[in-house]
Amino acid sequence: MIMCKTSKEIGGMGHSLKRKEDARFIRGLGKYTDDVQLPGMLYMDIARSPFAYAKIKSIDKSAAMEIPGVLAVITGEDLKQYNLHWMPTLMSDTQMVLPTDTVMYQAQEVAAVIATDRYIAADAVQALENSIEYEQMKPLIDPHKALDADAPLLRPDKEGRTDNHIWHWQTGDQEATEQAFDEADVVVKEQVYIPRIHVASIETCGCVASYEKAEGKLTVWMTTQAPHAIRTVIALVAGHVGLSEERIRVISPDIGGGFGGKVPVYPGYVIAIAASFLIGKPVKWIEDRSENLQADSFARDYHMTVELASTKEGKMTGLRIKTLADHGYTDAAANPSKFPSGLFSIVTGSYDIPTAFTEMDAVYTNKPPGGVAYRCSFRVTEAVHAIERITDVLAQKLGRDPADLRFQNFIQKDQFPYRSALGWEYDSGDYAPALRKAMDMVGYEELRKEQAEKRARGELMGIGISSFTEIVGAGPSKDFDILGIKMFDSAEVRIHPTGKAIARFGTKSQGQGHETTYAQILAEELGIPAMHIQIEEGDTDTAPYGLGTYASRSTPTAGAAAAKAAHKIRDKARKIAAYLLEVSEEDLEWEPGKFFVKGAPERSKTIQDIAFAAYTNHPQGMEAGLEATHYYDPPNLTFPFGSYICVMDIDPKTAEMKIRRFVAIDDCGNIINPMIVTGQIHGGLAMGIAPAMYEELIYDDDGNILNGTFMDYLLPTSVETPNWETGHTITPSPHHPLGAKGVAESPTVGAPPAVANAVVDALSHLGVTHVDIPVTPFKVWKILKEKGVIS
Amino acid sequence: MSKHSITIEINGESFTQEVDSRKLLIHFLRDDLALTGTHIGCDTSSCGACTILLNGKSIKACTFFAVQANNQKIETIEGVEQGGQLHPLQEGFHQEHGLQCGFCTPGMIMRGKELLEKNPNPTEEEIRWGISGNLCRCTGYSNIIKSIQYAANKLNEKQEEAA
Repeated sequence: MIMCKTSKEIGGMGHSLKRKEDARFIRGLGKYTDDVQLPGMLYMDIARSPFAYAKIKSIDKSAAMEIPGVLAVITGEDLKQYNLHWMPTLMSDTQMVLPTDTVMYQAQEVAAVIATDRYIAADAVQALENSIEYEQMKPLIDPHKALDADAPLLRPDKEGRTDNHIWHWQTGDQEATEQAFDEADVVVKEQVYIPRIHVASIETCGCVASYEKAEGKLTVWMTTQAPHAIRTVIALVAGHVGLSEERIRVISPDIGGGFGGKVPVYPGYVIAIAASFLIGKPVKWIEDRSENLQADSFARDYHMTVELASTKEGKMTGLRIKTLADHGYTDAAANPSKFPSGLFSIVTGSYDIPTAFTEMDAVYTNKPPGGVAYRCSFRVTEAVHAIERITDVLAQKLGRDPADLRFQNFIQKDQFPYRSALGWEYDSGDYAPALRKAMDMVGYEELRKEQAEKRARGELMGIGISSFTEIVGAGPSKDFDILGIKMFDSAEVRIHPTGKAIARFGTKSQGQGHETTYAQILAEELGIPAMHIQIEEGDTDTAPYGLGTYASRSTPTAGAAAAKAAHKIRDKARKIAAYLLEVSEEDLEWEPGKFFVKGAPERSKTIQDIAFAAYTNHPQGMEAGLEATHYYDPPNLTFPFGSYICVMDIDPKTAEMKIRRFVAIDDCGNIINPMIVTGQIHGGLAMGIAPAMYEELIYDDDGNILNGTFMDYLLPTSVETPNWETGHTITPSPHHPLGAKGVAESPTVGAPPAVANAVVDALSHLGVTHVDIPVTPFKVWKILKEKGVIS
Repeated sequence: MSKHSITIEINGESFTQEVDSRKLLIHFLRDDLALTGTHIGCDTSSCGACTILLNGKSIKACTFFAVQANNQKIETIEGVEQGGQLHPLQEGFHQEHGLQCGFCTPGMIMRGKELLEKNPNPTEEEIRWGISGNLCRCTGYSNIIKSIQYAANKLNEKQEEAA
């Protein structure tokens, strides 16, 4: 039951306020990057490599330049004159903006064309692509072969590097873990691959860069989740050509979905900015879907060996994981933590496992760079899949019910704050009620009976459980930064004389509904109706500095900053109220919307009275106005959790799979807007079943991508997506000012193992212990064939 | 490149313009007429972000030439609100939280419009199949289905009132 402290009219936390931002979107009046049109605007298009690994022998610009309307062809050599042909990645690696000699993956940017019209630009790209000579080389595609003696050295540009190894990272107590395994009654082990996938937001990436020579000012409208960080990066990378930070304005307008894919800096942005700077006219670059899928940052691609040790009674005693990470040709992971594999060390999950050890090695291959999160905190989905899958494998080995085994091993409520074997301090949790609730909702016992009956008849159905713990809200500055800039976030709140307000934030919504939820937080804390509070984000000329929106960090950081800024405003408001009521500050009490005199509630001043007085009648010696800014550095991350149950029916003849039911119980602490939280869960669940059943970027041995369009890369449609059944428990975060936790990524993290566990559960009587995602009908059909179910 | 003079009625207004024979309808609408409510998501008719109505039938404007629309009637998202009154579908998407980033929403609404005109009482299954050519990455579809059901109910109520 969600309790509201404010009336519906005020619309603070807990109210399912309809979204303020809808007004423009339902009318087609959203303003996305591609909607920006400027006088004299030019169009950029990009010639790309047909090969995964090749030397560039020559680029002949003439055929492209001869096409009327073509203004420029830009190559790596051109950028090299300004030292802009390489750029740094967030992981201290380097990435080509445009190559000068070698292409490293299929669809890599090779040269750009600037023209007066998008069709002419496309013509010129075609002419240009026919005028580039390559010398093909045998690419390195399989990461398992990256360290072989005969593997090509992909990055000879990196001083002192003699192989394709990028980094090794390990955490946990290796010795104690080995001992736990030596002493274990039972050990289970599986090879688990989390495939390379793509966020595929429906809006692709792009920008409009406009450099005004007279003022020396650059404005860039850009599909970015982190506009301030981008501004600083531009200033750091292009400062030497005169672009200093006060003359750079990055505007992140409406964004058509982000999911982590709009965190990185892509070469196209840099080339468009350089082109506008050199030509002095606005340049628009919008990638098409194939470019988006084939060249923009991938997610996942972890090859894991997962081992779990336990007593014969089922008490987990140790976890050991070894991972090979395929990073493509550069480590361009969008990972703002100090840990090379992000937050993978949440891998002990919801269980009280005394010791754990994980190690991983990252390698280069001839594939696109990246490593974005795909709607999760970095590498959390991989971690959750590992622990939730191996927990089921253990249950199967012990002949135990997977729910029962989870109850036995859950971290108990009284153990919080809980220090995990890999060093995280979980802020709060109460796992058993969430699983129990999910089981009650789905009718677990009846389903198990049904399954037994169906098995006897040769029918296949599975019940898959996932009881995940997420780790979101980057982040505490000791562990999280982008190029040294700490991962705080900010709110700036101004109350107008008539008691209305505007608030600006360093984050940027991509559909999460910040214009509504931030207004609700301020309504909760100030008593000003949410409908009277204007929220703005995404313009670096006006918004306070912040690190943007990803990793479910907006509520944990900027949401907290809003509450803190509101408290500062309330402190000043109290002084003004005391002055107006001629009492001392201590005699006043606050309730949402007003201060009143203790014991004499009829003597009061509303926040609107106080706002007016702040500009017209404030105490002598006090500054006029009523506003505050707060930069919030969270003391810890937040640890939302949940339990999901997937019921899967499988046709024993065709292996066609259908999710019959999907129940999701989430706990994200205190809830700001239940309607929006449920909407976020729905969306995340769809993005959870997507990699579990449909999505994978597939490459052949020559590095050709085999499914680089929406014709072949399968996003779930309304037909594949089941009706979501949701619910929640509420365990507030003890350190967040509102008791809230991030939520939008929990379902993406929690859903894939529920699906995979359901499929394996359906096949477990055949001796199947693991199926890699995506669990496609073909994979399952092959298993049924192999097991003799299909003759 | 040959040029053609075309006349198209868009949202009740007639437009006559010279276009290249190869210009796609989506670029004509977005770049030439600044009707940017219709979006581009894939260029291959796969995602439905560019869905509009051509003579009342939903089509994907990213794979349709502007010249093919000569002398025909087009309706885009910008024409759905009439006389300051939201269409029940627009209302439905707002009331049922049927949108998040808003990028697929115009296409969904246009597709929903044809769907409800042909089938005023669709089942959930019929709605699911009906919008299966329109991808949404944010909502998980459940609330989009509810939004269309909301509009169906509202339109049927209006019909009853009129009768």
